[in-house]
Amino acid sequence: MIDCDVRAATPPVSALHEYLDGYWHDTVVERGVRSIEPSYELPGTGARVPGLPPDASLAVVNPISAIEALHSEDLAAALARGLNEWLRARWLDADPRLRGSITVAPQSTELAVAEIDRLAGEGRFVQVLMPLRGQHPLGRRLYWPIYEACVRHGLALAVRAGGNIGSAITPVGWPSHLVEDHATQSQAFQSQVMSLLLEGVFHRLPRLKVVLIGSGVTWLPSLCWRLDKNWKGIRREVPWVERPPSEVVRSCVRLTVRPFDAPQDAFAEVLAQLGSESMLLYSGGDEPVPEVDYDENARQTYSRLRD
Amino acid sequence: MATLVKTGLVDCDIHNYPASNARLRPYLAERWRRHMERFGARSRHGLAEGYPYPKSAPQAARVDAWPPDGGPPGSSLAFMRQQLLDPLGTSFGVLNCLHAGASQVDAELGAALCSAVNDWQVAEWLEPEPRLRASIVIPFDSGDLSAAEIDRVAEHPGFVQALMLVRTLEPIGRRRYWPVYEACERNGLPVGIHFGGYSGHPVSSSGWPSYYLEDHTSMAMAFQAQLVSLVFEGVFERFPDLQVVCIEGGVAWLPPLVWRMDRLFHEMHDEVPELHRLPSEYVREHVWLTTQPVEEPDRPEQLIQVFERIGQDRLLFATDYPHWDYDDPARAFPAPLPDGLREQVYRANAMALYGLPKL
Amino acid sequence: MAAAAEIPPGGRRIVTLEGRSIGVFNIGGEFFALRNVCPHQGGPLCQGVLSGFVVPGTPGEYRYLRRGEILRCPWHGWEFDIRTGQSYLDPARTRVHTYPVELVAGPYVAETYPVMVEGDVVVVQV
Repeated sequence: MIDCDVRAATPPVSALHEYLDGYWHDTVVERGVRSIEPSYELPGTGARVPGLPPDASLAVVNPISAIEALHSEDLAAALARGLNEWLRARWLDADPRLRGSITVAPQSTELAVAEIDRLAGEGRFVQVLMPLRGQHPLGRRLYWPIYEACVRHGLALAVRAGGNIGSAITPVGWPSHLVEDHATQSQAFQSQVMSLLLEGVFHRLPRLKVVLIGSGVTWLPSLCWRLDKNWKGIRREVPWVERPPSEVVRSCVRLTVRPFDAPQDAFAEVLAQLGSESMLLYSGGDEPVPEVDYDENARQTYSRLRD
Repeated sequence: MATLVKTGLVDCDIHNYPASNARLRPYLAERWRRHMERFGARSRHGLAEGYPYPKSAPQAARVDAWPPDGGPPGSSLAFMRQQLLDPLGTSFGVLNCLHAGASQVDAELGAALCSAVNDWQVAEWLEPEPRLRASIVIPFDSGDLSAAEIDRVAEHPGFVQALMLVRTLEPIGRRRYWPVYEACERNGLPVGIHFGGYSGHPVSSSGWPSYYLEDHTSMAMAFQAQLVSLVFEGVFERFPDLQVVCIEGGVAWLPPLVWRMDRLFHEMHDEVPELHRLPSEYVREHVWLTTQPVEEPDRPEQLIQVFERIGQDRLLFATDYPHWDYDDPARAFPAPLPDGLREQVYRANAMALYGLPKL
Repeated sequence: MAAAAEIPPGGRRIVTLEGRSIGVFNIGGEFFALRNVCPHQGGPLCQGVLSGFVVPGTPGEYRYLRRGEILRCPWHGWEFDIRTGQSYLDPARTRVHTYPVELVAGPYVAETYPVMVEGDVVVVQV
């Protein structure tokens, strides 16, 4: 099975030192920048030992980091670069069946594009990671050069769970508990899908595939129903959306299957509501998930896996 | 238009509105009349009038809902009778007045305006029209001022719930809002959470979207975040008699959210040791939803599946008159509802929740 | 059913003919009649806003044609071509750079009636 979500635990910044140039190396040492570990994950989350999961024939490695949380564009971009080099050296070089995700610092679109262009020749990177919760909805035009770079290089765009740029992580403020942070992330995924769709990213870049990592999946049908209905009455605000939103979503959006927020007796119902089996990508775990042709879906999603 | 149930519809979301702020003057102290003239009303956004996401129609209303006497939609009881209550065979309608008083940055002004609105509602809506009930309008981000207002007016039999908006300054499970729930429990009233509001936070978890279409749709996400908060902050443990009504949020997002909350509860229940039951159990016992704006799946039977997952006894029909996304009771549901479900949704559930008298 | 002069260009009149509520519209001297019932949820379609047609294009581009010829239902805002009664629910499946002069038929159609002008009187055939 092609596992599309192996989460690599955040390395300490010290592990990135060898990949930072003189100024940034000394900066992080002298100013005590020791960590880019997120506050929105349970401590110790992610795999520490590079390797392929036992049930996988190929795996996409997604490093965990809170790169979006730093406010200096340049510092964040330097650390993102270090993280990408670390991933390549420690994970991708450890096993030829491993593929990776490029971490970009979304604080600067220009620097993010430069990093994508820099790494595009590395065929083992298959997608670009953006955080679920950032400064702006992902569909906003300021981010489009990043998506254009993805399409230019045959990379998917991945939206990974989490994210925190210092503003309230829900539209109604700061929840008290980590469990609420996680529970509200499905709503954040809903907003991001809506933004990418209604801003016209899928119209402008019809070949772009957007992969939602660890989203929970089952929130998607109700969003599509509501969007289809509202679009019929308010289409004029976004006239470039020329097909029903649910159709566009089925073409362009993919989701890793775990966690799958439904009991087993609802699997058939949810699949019918999604309206497509092609959207699901495999990620490993113990809980049951629907049975679809995951490997074919992965090959269709990631052009670099087809080469 | 034929009536749908034997003894009349219960419409759980109708919007009345004063024709102008001048109409509230008789109910406002002189100090606040002067304040309004001098400083005006201020919500958490930059416009003195209008909306940062302009609606798709003026006042977000049906174009045909402007009363002939010249006031805004919802301002004329006579026109509401003529256009809504009479033709739909309504036996009870619940008024949810979305006055800006509830959302004022200046909490004292907000409290004064809310009191004025509630007094205006009693005098000009509840007293003259026996079919109508109303929510108590409160400055919901101020727990203590809200509790005081609820205590002040709850005795009037026309008030059937207290009203908050879904976009709040903090997630509504947090202790800022506990005085509201105490007052509701004390007075035997449910708390209604309604579409709308300016929380002061971007309307998505990741910044400000561009379009009204996103603003409108993202209300459903706000409802979801609020239920997460109510559950995981232990509000239903702390206030075991509290009933919560989600008004104008749609319904189909609820089953997947409940599945998600149950999963996460299994994974992280030690973070919230005051919870003794599953999120799904709390929701099942404390949460109600009005159906509007009802989602329209491609396959109508999928909506019935959703209703069954939610629980047929928790659904409340609402038109949302006079707003543009109005649900007509005869046509709103893509598939005709099975008989028992029809009676529950159009009437029986609301009768039970709001303690409405049988005719 | 009415004197043509009573419905000037850009105007409309809603009348009841043989028990049906019907809206008659004057677009540039031509008359069209639609049943005053929206096929979505039954709203009074002919009371809706007269607007134009926004053509699907590139993001940020708002190409606007046929002002005054598109009727938006007063309830949910669905768009109908007054000339044909066709809804614009299923916009053209053609590619972005070609846009239709006629609207592609959506699955919903408002009922239309033939309208004739006989002398200075508008006649609607029900």
